Amino acid sequence: MAETPLIQVRTLHKRFGRQVVLHGLSLDIRRDEIMAVVGRSGSGKSVFLKHLIGLMRPDSGQVLVDGEDIHRGGSRTLARIRERFGMLFQGGALFDSLTVEDNIAFPLRERTRMSATQIQTVVAETLKNVGLEGVEGKLPDELSGGMRKRVALARALAMHPEIILFDEPTTGLDPILVRAIHRLIADTQARFHYTAVIVSHELPEIFDIATRVAMLHNGAILEVDTAAHFQHSSNPAVQQFIAGRLEGPLTPT
Amino acid sequence: MARRTPPRWEARNSSTNIVPFALGRIGALVLHLLSFLGRVGLFLVQALGLVFVPPLKIQRILRQMHFIGARSLLVIALTGLFTGMVLGLQGYYTLTRFGSEAYLGPAVAISLITELGPVLSALMVTGRAGSAIAAEIGIMRITEQIDALEVMALNPIRYLVVPNIVAGLIVMPLLGALFAVIGIYGGYLIGVQLLGVSSGTYFGSMRDFVGMTDIRNGLYKSLSFGLLITFLCCFKGYHTGPGAEGVSKATTEAVVLSSVAVLVLDYFLNSVLL
Repeated sequence: MAETPLIQVRTLHKRFGRQVVLHGLSLDIRRDEIMAVVGRSGSGKSVFLKHLIGLMRPDSGQVLVDGEDIHRGGSRTLARIRERFGMLFQGGALFDSLTVEDNIAFPLRERTRMSATQIQTVVAETLKNVGLEGVEGKLPDELSGGMRKRVALARALAMHPEIILFDEPTTGLDPILVRAIHRLIADTQARFHYTAVIVSHELPEIFDIATRVAMLHNGAILEVDTAAHFQHSSNPAVQQFIAGRLEGPLTPT
Repeated sequence: MARRTPPRWEARNSSTNIVPFALGRIGALVLHLLSFLGRVGLFLVQALGLVFVPPLKIQRILRQMHFIGARSLLVIALTGLFTGMVLGLQGYYTLTRFGSEAYLGPAVAISLITELGPVLSALMVTGRAGSAIAAEIGIMRITEQIDALEVMALNPIRYLVVPNIVAGLIVMPLLGALFAVIGIYGGYLIGVQLLGVSSGTYFGSMRDFVGMTDIRNGLYKSLSFGLLITFLCCFKGYHTGPGAEGVSKATTEAVVLSSVAVLVLDYFLNSVLL
């Protein structure tokens, strides 16, 4: 029998006013895989990601982590489940009044009983893991976009979570940095064996690191397959999306 | 909300049409107001609950005390001084008509201690610190820093709201008292130094007429305002709408709502305390 998926998403529905964003979305995410979620702008990818970690509540449907409904047991259960997660936000979401060191140390200070020296060692180590050194004393505003993403990844990695969610981790970066961040995700994933869910617009670069790719369209999963199969999908909408063609079943609105 | 197409029997007669429509509008307004009050209430219960549940973020509380309190000192001193001077001047001319300028001291002191000190310092703090609190939390909301706290399994209210409320509760009574003291000195400058009331009368009659009750009432007011302002500004910032426009709207609303709420609450406190 196949292993139970780590995260099971069951027929999520979500609407904001009259706008339906998620319309019966179901998806299984397996342990240790890198799942890339692609789709057009405004297809609900970020909203989907926020549902995985309970930042948004679905109108109906469930998110199960290891078989446990994240919204079933109230705020304590949710907090306990969240401890297994890390998240890298679109803009990094670094605390702008804190230095790089304090940003990475923040969850360690608040959630663990580590001593100040231990925390300092972990911070230095995690920064090294993401290829940054000597920036501990800087404020987020003093860093470039790429560096900020690295610091945000370091902050997510510092707690060694089982699952890391990436909300468009490479948006606004140049092509070389895009590949560098992708490489960093792949390397750290191979080292720490976390499960990654990446919402991304970077096609075809994302195929290099994704184990599987899911395409979101009209609030539901249109197709999900291994990266190799996905690229050669027979679905005309998927092909149109990968090639970025104007003609096809997807209309450019 | 989508407006319902009226049923046929309504459409026949336009005068019967307007009543359900108006009722619908009023109903929607009431529901909106109730849901707003409900959200405010829940947020307040949650925040106040966390004030009493350790760990308190002492460093953040001290930082906010410095921001709300220490950095408001100049503005409080200036407004206090001039308010006292105006009271001295106005009070003197009003009291001379009744030949009772000997009571200038207590008149100035009681107005400042029970009313103007707490209220005006609360309004000044709203303008200076309340707007900044709302904007800071609002920016944290739109840049997903609040979400980041939640994702870390930490309660954002504990980190962002509780320190402001505790700081407000500690600092507002001190600022209100300072306002009153400086104001009384301002009244002395005008009444005694400029207009010639004797210094002994100014302070002596103050000791006779100003009671502990006045000081206690002023303190209660300051405490209530400290809670009210910090809470409302945090609430508005925490529920900011998207983008720069959302933050600017939240900031404006925070200041307007807090200022109005201070004056309304002041009336009700007066009617209970006096």
